[in-house]
Amino acid sequence: MTNIEEYIPILIFLLMAIIMSVGAIFMSFVFGEKEPYFEKSSTYECGFEPFSDTRGKFDVQFYLVAILFIIFDLEIIFMFPWAVALIELEPLGFWSMMFFLFVLTIGFIYEWKKGALEWN
Amino acid sequence: MFIENNLVMESLIDVLKILAIILPLLIFIAYLTYFERKVIGFMQLRKGPNVVGPFGLFQPFADGIKLLTKETIVPSNSNKFLFILSPIITFTLALIAWAVIPIDNDIVLSNINVGIMYIVAVSSLSVYGIIMAGWASNSRYAFLGSLRSAAQMISYEVSIGLIIINILITVGSLNLSEIVLAQKNVWYFLPHFPMFIVFFISTLAETNRAPFDLPEAEAELVAGYNVEYSSLSFGLFFLGEYGNMILMSSMTTILFLGGWLPPVDNEIFNLIPGFVWFFLKVSFLLFLFLWIRATLPRFRYDQLMRLGWKVFLPLSLFWVIITSSYVYFNNGNF
Repeated sequence: MTNIEEYIPILIFLLMAIIMSVGAIFMSFVFGEKEPYFEKSSTYECGFEPFSDTRGKFDVQFYLVAILFIIFDLEIIFMFPWAVALIELEPLGFWSMMFFLFVLTIGFIYEWKKGALEWN
Repeated sequence: MFIENNLVMESLIDVLKILAIILPLLIFIAYLTYFERKVIGFMQLRKGPNVVGPFGLFQPFADGIKLLTKETIVPSNSNKFLFILSPIITFTLALIAWAVIPIDNDIVLSNINVGIMYIVAVSSLSVYGIIMAGWASNSRYAFLGSLRSAAQMISYEVSIGLIIINILITVGSLNLSEIVLAQKNVWYFLPHFPMFIVFFISTLAETNRAPFDLPEAEAELVAGYNVEYSSLSFGLFFLGEYGNMILMSSMTTILFLGGWLPPVDNEIFNLIPGFVWFFLKVSFLLFLFLWIRATLPRFRYDQLMRLGWKVFLPLSLFWVIITSSYVYFNNGNF
């Protein structure tokens, strides 16, 4: 059974951690020097003005990796309850997960052959 | 009235317990940075920090005070709110995972049933701090560094997840204490030896450590996602990163090296308290982190992604099938 009281210490921990990190930032504003001028607060680009805005195009490969990650991470979350209950399962439960993994492997091989995992 | 008082008392005890976790952890992080410099110094026949205090022992505190008195620079064309928020998120997430880590039998803040799910959730979230830092800085180097770092972390998280599935199949529980106690007879790094190696390498990649420290590649990206940060906002990233190193080493210890259990169950070893064993194992793994950093050259980015997706992922998936078949057809006898 889930005990909701077990999560109260975690909540207090979360609050304390937030207070500590906000406090640290606050302290650095209080104790640190404060002498901003234009060059200091401009974007760091090894001494010259940035050519263009940073938020332009970037490699689509990063996007692909993120999508693949979502697929595999969902599958892993799906396997958590199965892994815990494995020994109590009927053969049907065991083999359906094996079938699921088989389908997933086919998809993975397809991605591999399509070159979604190539970086150059 | 009485019930309310009781609740307040319990919360106060919780606060004290949490302080008893956070303060030693911060000292551990501080001295981890010291030992990193010292160990790598000795490996390169240098002395490392040796000026502040005996053997340079007060160096971490001197560094902390120095960071505190530096100016917090907020770049003029950054998203100021996100810029300040992202180190806060990184550091908070690095701390809260410790709420469920059992350092000894029954020495744990909250022994929840889904401990390992909690750890996976918290460590998945830590990618947000990095992405936000790179985006909010509005700087080329920071943006590229955060993209690389995020892609690297999520790639290796997949194989970490599958390896955790292996352990869950052998234990049959999501509770971290039960995972440790199940290793009473044999530590899991023996039966799962290939997975132990893969997990250790994945933790290196997950924490952006050498040889996978591409996001921080000094020669090309200056320092990666935290290039625009200064003062304690940089310090929080730094502490968070080292905190994550210790966290991932503790995870390796819990999953594969028997947590707080002594190597052999005899009377002399049992005299030493469990958290000392835990500390020794974590320290050993951290020493390996430093040793690897001093020894190995940096990976190229395509090699890194190839290792994650084309080697580790198929290997751990294959191992999940083997483990589950073995456990299932032996009726749960492992």
